[in-house]
Amino acid sequence: MPALLEIKDLMTVFDTVRGRIKAVDGVSLKINSGQTLGIVGESGCGKTMLALSIMRLVPSGGKIINGEIIFSGHDLLKISQEEMRARRGSDISMIFQEPMTSLNPVFRVGEQIAEAIRLHQNLPAKQAMDLSVELLGEVGIADPQKRARDYPHNLSGGMRQRVMIAMAMSCNPKLLLADEPTTALDVTIQAQILDLISSLKQKNNMAVILITHDLGVVAQAAQKVAVMYAGKIVESAAVEVIFANPLHPYTRGLLESIPARCVTSAQREDHLKTIPGSVPSLYDLAPGCRFQDRCPYAEEVCSRIEPPLLEIGTGHLVSCWKYSPSNNNRIRE
Amino acid sequence: MPDVLVEIRELNKKYTLSSGFFNSTKRIIYAVNNIDLQIFKGETLGLVGESGCGKSTLARLITRLEKPSSGFVNFKGENIYSYDKEALKSYRRNVQIIFQDTYSSLNPRKSALGTIKEPLTIHHMGNKTDRTEAALSIMAKVGLSKEQANRYSHEFSGGQRQRIGIARALVLNPELIIADEPVSSLDVSIQAQILNLLKDLKNDYNLTYLFISHDLNVIRFISDRVAVMYLGKIVELALNHDIYNRPLHPYTRMLLSAVPSCDPGRKERIVKIKGEAGFENDQGCPFQNRCPYKTDICARIEPKLEKLDEDSLCACHRAGSI
Repeated sequence: MPALLEIKDLMTVFDTVRGRIKAVDGVSLKINSGQTLGIVGESGCGKTMLALSIMRLVPSGGKIINGEIIFSGHDLLKISQEEMRARRGSDISMIFQEPMTSLNPVFRVGEQIAEAIRLHQNLPAKQAMDLSVELLGEVGIADPQKRARDYPHNLSGGMRQRVMIAMAMSCNPKLLLADEPTTALDVTIQAQILDLISSLKQKNNMAVILITHDLGVVAQAAQKVAVMYAGKIVESAAVEVIFANPLHPYTRGLLESIPARCVTSAQREDHLKTIPGSVPSLYDLAPGCRFQDRCPYAEEVCSRIEPPLLEIGTGHLVSCWKYSPSNNNRIRE
Repeated sequence: MPDVLVEIRELNKKYTLSSGFFNSTKRIIYAVNNIDLQIFKGETLGLVGESGCGKSTLARLITRLEKPSSGFVNFKGENIYSYDKEALKSYRRNVQIIFQDTYSSLNPRKSALGTIKEPLTIHHMGNKTDRTEAALSIMAKVGLSKEQANRYSHEFSGGQRQRIGIARALVLNPELIIADEPVSSLDVSIQAQILNLLKDLKNDYNLTYLFISHDLNVIRFISDRVAVMYLGKIVELALNHDIYNRPLHPYTRMLLSAVPSCDPGRKERIVKIKGEAGFENDQGCPFQNRCPYKTDICARIEPKLEKLDEDSLCACHRAGSI
């Protein structure tokens, strides 16, 4: 079965007065229907730009200069603006972190969902409204008939995110891009929203790209994980593999710095493990590996040549010289 | 029995909401509702709860940024709301806050050194050279270099800005630090650095922390005791180990099972998570609508925060039997 979405060597750049920065730098990935791919990374690693590139919504100043985004057989980078607009919201939908800023404050939420429906399906207003009420019920909003007549400010953060999901689901998309959908929400609401996304995914056999900085969210909701660092994917694998056997030093560092990890182990440790330093500036990247300054295993080669993303185990890709075949019998512990 | 540093008694803070210009009905929200709490000298008390539960209002009351509707807060046995000007000034020196948002809590027109020195100037401590020296030494302590002293806050990353915020809070040598979500806006690798720093500083300076967070993992790492808040009330208070290993209140259990586990194999939840916090009940337990263990009594009588054993308090009719 061919993948629903295949991205090959995607590069999104921004030209600024200080020079060109590569926000997404040669990213390749695949996702099948019914699968959730988690993309994790710290702020500024390019995960949101990757999602916006897939939607062809890169903000002004940025452009996609290389690569292919093949979505059910068509390269999204080659179709016209009009065709792309028709696909957005129908085939591919996106939900954002802050549901308040993505909803229009002066329209009732029911109307906003109906508008999305009527943009893509030729339905009379009445029917679209009925459908929007039905969708609100489906995403777990109590008394949807009444809630459809509410304005966004009447709703809590969790309910607003449910409205956003209802809107995204209105045309049965094949792919849902969720950019930090639960970051602004409380844990109990987060758990409910994640459950909702995964049940909708199963029901509609939809693919989900879940962008988050929270490894716990990934562990709970994703089947595949890609770890991004400074614009590149540094490791990707099935979720169980990433958590049981992380290979890239950055992935390891991330996992070790979660407070939960250290406290669930038998005794409470006194200190958390940390990754020294901080993410490099994309303006003046040194040659070689992007993680070299923070890496405990950096060698001479790391400062010269960028490590390629190579398959180490089945479906387990990692970009680190430590695991390159020519380096087989060194520092692997 | 350790020394009590802060004693909070029957503290209330209510806000009145009007329903609009043409509507005269008013709603009263109890942001902090009859809270009794003690903070012991040298401990880290974690305060956890969902947004809107009153955690930050409580912090603002303790720091005297707000006045309560009723009740009082004693600091070393003295009521902070009856302080005169002089006493208030010394209280402000003794109690410092670390804020969540380092963008809005640092003055963009002041250098790092200027920001850290400012509290010393306000409290007239030492002469100019003393102040600079004190500020530089605290900067070194929190992991900022001398070279960074003259940079402005926009030149720093989020983690570094939080270090400036911590240095600014510590420079007056306070006894109590109120940390209001200090790591919530940081990436996980930076969060770990800051948490370690806070832990080290506590030992080095004999500090007492009131550590507010919505993140149960962070609270677990840093706290000695944990208080769980729900809609303005403390529903459970216990030692760190007990909260996480035998949570008594159904709300604590729900919170704990909502935290995404970092174990991809464990996807089933122990307690079903439903509903949102809201002020719907006039009577009975505030948590009844979301509680899986609700019985008749919960709808009628509000449970009091009661002692269950030496160190744990819980406000639930069925605590211990569920």
